[in-house]
Amino acid sequence: MSNRILSLCLLLCSLCTIAPTSHAESTWDLDQLMQSLATSKSGHASFIEKKSIAILDKPVESSGELFYAAPDRLEKRTLKPKAESMVLDKDKLIVEQRGRKHVLSLQSYPEIAAFIDSIRGTLAGDRKALERNYKLSITGTQQDWDLSLLPLEDKMKKVVNSINISGYDNMLKTIEIKQADGDSSVMIITPLPTP
Amino acid sequence: MVVVSLVIISRSHFTADLSAFLPSNPTAEQQLLMDQLKDGLASRLILVGIEGADPSTRAALSKTIAKNLRSNPAFVSVNNGEAMTTERDRSYLFNNRYLLSQAVTPEHFSIEGLHIAISDSIDQIASPAGLLIKSLLPHDPTGEMLQLLDAMNAGNKPELVDGAWASRDGNTALLLLQTSAVGSDTDAQKQAMQFIQNEFDQAAKYIIAKPQPTLLMTGPGVFSVIARDTIKSQVRVIFIVSTVLIALLLLAVYRSLTALLLGFLPVATGILAGIASVSLWFGVVHGITLGFGTALIGEAVDYSIYLFMQSDQTGDKKQDRQKWIQLVWPTVRLGVLTSVFGFAALLLSGFPGLAQLGLYSVAGLIAAAAMTRYVLPSLLPADFSIRDVSNVGLKFSRYAQLARSLRWPAVILVGVSSVIVYQHHNHLWNTELAALSPVSAADQTLDTRLRAGMGAPDVRYVVVVSGNSQETVLSNTEKVSETLQGLVDRGLLSSFDSASHYLPSLATQQARLASLPTPAELKTRLTAAVKGLPVQASVLTPFLTDVEATRSKSLLQRNDLQGTSMAMAVDAMLLQQGQHWSSLIPLTAPESGNINVTQVQAALDYAQVKNTLFVDMKAESNRLYSGYMQEAILLSLAGIVAIIVLLLFVLRSPLRAVAVIAPLAAAVLTVMAGLALFGQQLIILHLIGLLLIVAIGSNYALFFNPVIKQGMPDISPRTYTSLVFANVATVLGFGLLAFSSVPVLQAMGVTVAPGVILALIFSAVFARSKG
Repeated sequence: MSNRILSLCLLLCSLCTIAPTSHAESTWDLDQLMQSLATSKSGHASFIEKKSIAILDKPVESSGELFYAAPDRLEKRTLKPKAESMVLDKDKLIVEQRGRKHVLSLQSYPEIAAFIDSIRGTLAGDRKALERNYKLSITGTQQDWDLSLLPLEDKMKKVVNSINISGYDNMLKTIEIKQADGDSSVMIITPLPTP
Repeated sequence: MVVVSLVIISRSHFTADLSAFLPSNPTAEQQLLMDQLKDGLASRLILVGIEGADPSTRAALSKTIAKNLRSNPAFVSVNNGEAMTTERDRSYLFNNRYLLSQAVTPEHFSIEGLHIAISDSIDQIASPAGLLIKSLLPHDPTGEMLQLLDAMNAGNKPELVDGAWASRDGNTALLLLQTSAVGSDTDAQKQAMQFIQNEFDQAAKYIIAKPQPTLLMTGPGVFSVIARDTIKSQVRVIFIVSTVLIALLLLAVYRSLTALLLGFLPVATGILAGIASVSLWFGVVHGITLGFGTALIGEAVDYSIYLFMQSDQTGDKKQDRQKWIQLVWPTVRLGVLTSVFGFAALLLSGFPGLAQLGLYSVAGLIAAAAMTRYVLPSLLPADFSIRDVSNVGLKFSRYAQLARSLRWPAVILVGVSSVIVYQHHNHLWNTELAALSPVSAADQTLDTRLRAGMGAPDVRYVVVVSGNSQETVLSNTEKVSETLQGLVDRGLLSSFDSASHYLPSLATQQARLASLPTPAELKTRLTAAVKGLPVQASVLTPFLTDVEATRSKSLLQRNDLQGTSMAMAVDAMLLQQGQHWSSLIPLTAPESGNINVTQVQAALDYAQVKNTLFVDMKAESNRLYSGYMQEAILLSLAGIVAIIVLLLFVLRSPLRAVAVIAPLAAAVLTVMAGLALFGQQLIILHLIGLLLIVAIGSNYALFFNPVIKQGMPDISPRTYTSLVFANVATVLGFGLLAFSSVPVLQAMGVTVAPGVILALIFSAVFARSKG
């Protein structure tokens, strides 16, 4: 079971997204990025996700929409190849697939909770929360920044090698996850008007 | 005899559940229903709630308690939402997936079938759950494990707060426990409750929070325990209080300790004889019978009151008693006989509870009366005397004269009562079995609340498939399951559970095995099937190995489930009674609310599976109860007819018989009207109460309409006094029951206490004697 949840949560990290624009300064560091991200209260975007998996000859692709409401609600609605939805609401993870609903609690799985919180932390611009579990580093400019998160704890390192998030202003463009087992995924995010 | 009674009683088994009010010779369906109520899956559930403190403290408590109880053999399962490493469950499902999965058919393993299934699995990898499938894919590219997990996870689960189940409003942490002992084993249930309480106390000991955490428990077993404890403690209190009150009354009247003690002798004999005969006959004594028994003191004490107070008080004691036996005893005897006739009818009842009350009353009254007549007179000391009550008696006899002037008002009262009873005749009787439940409204509310929070199965709707072997029943269950799955797909049901999910019939398992191709054939097909898919056949070699392993394995038997949580589920849903097998399929209502009974029935009719029954447990148990209610009413009427015949036979005068019966009928009508006016719906125990009014009241009516014999004076003042005191004693005995919180005891109290007072008054009012 724990495997399954871990997997689900790993995918959730690809939820990180989106936000309406607010103007920012020309100099750009971690604090400014975080402040900028914190200004976004909600967002709506479309995504295309490609997963490279060792046992498959070519990456599998899925697409759908993302919704974010500050500070702690994330929804990933996959439309292709199969309609599915995954909602992270506070510490609850609600997965709906094949007409069934599964509700999971993050707090039963502290390392996963830390993992998900870090993703959410990025969206919310919560540097403290992020630095509890990750070593953060930023490169690039306000118009093209690249945030990298490296896990601090061994438990986390067994699951994930690195998470790389790129964007401009307070908008996310891509999320790239490299898993410990060599598989990886890339999610490309395109903002949509907030519904 | 007293000693024998004591020995029997000391070995008696006492119970307090509803089983006494379920029929003793049921049909097969009723038997099943009763078994379910007493011992079924639902009867073993204990729902635990933790309130107070804050959410995370509650969740932590829930986890600690669950962890400790899981190692306690008194519990089969302890669920609180934690993902337990049910490794055995998983390996049972995974290792036997090709025997268990409904998807396994020859087509599924054709080239096209494999292609579709594998392509589906690859799509799943792209989905949020993809990483789970990723590791499964080489072994299970056709997705059988996921299919099984989905089937197991069906149904509503409560929400999780801090990793443990909580009610929807989040204010209560919830646990669902299943006891090893059946629900009807009250002692074991009580012990299980004790275990839970102890674990909670241990875990909550060092928690300082406001408000302090509290533990709530509910469930059928818990109800039995609470009911038994409530009845026990209330019966004890009522017994003590009424005994003390009656003793004080008698002491005030007699002014003699000897008289008091001797007066209680018939009472004690009656109680002992009553309990002993019930214990001998039924093997078990119901708590209600005991409660009733204490109230019957009030009537048994009357006999000695009549003996002491109606005996002449001349110098010659011996002669006085002879005279009492000669003149008064026939009236008392007739009174006892009418009571016995009335209650004897109940012996025929299909309700063991009613039959117990009947037997208890018959045995108890005969013993008490016999003691009064044959033993008590010879035990009285030579100088026995009680206070002279002639003065009081004169006053009472004047009242009795006055009473006669109230005839017309009384007739009007009875007339009005008849009208009221007639107006209420449609909803006079409560036909819900639950009305008999000794569980208080507060406990029932708690139960509803916790159940709603849990989304726990109320096991109200069940499809029952019967047959003469496990195999027949399982394969019919599979056919019914197909129909039910159709209803789930249409949204008419949220889910259903079935033994065949965990243990398919042998025929089905064989068919699934036969669907699996030979290793060489499968390899060929697989190579063809993965064409155009982003996966190499070589990656899927573990799949070939696993299928081959399944082909060489023997079919699943019931004991293969041993050690998994599914074994318990199968035990609960697949039952054997001798040659008779039945499979229970509990249905869960759709989230929108209720199950559409008509549509479910129509779908089942259409499927035409043999020996299938769609049961609404609640409706069924109510139907059962109203059937027995009808029977009880008929039996009571039969008892009344028997009394009338007896009176006609003994009194040899229809007129005199009418004079005896009229006040009793008037009292019964008035009490019924009163209860109806107060909005009390009558349950079966009210009926017993009405019968008691007739039984006890007949004594009064007979004294007011004496069999005139030579040498017998008119009704003496002493007789009036004895009647009044006998009446007060009875009211004390039964009246206290009216304050009980147990509905069945309370029903008897509120009926008998006013009833006997009215019976006495009406007897005086309608007395035929020229006085």
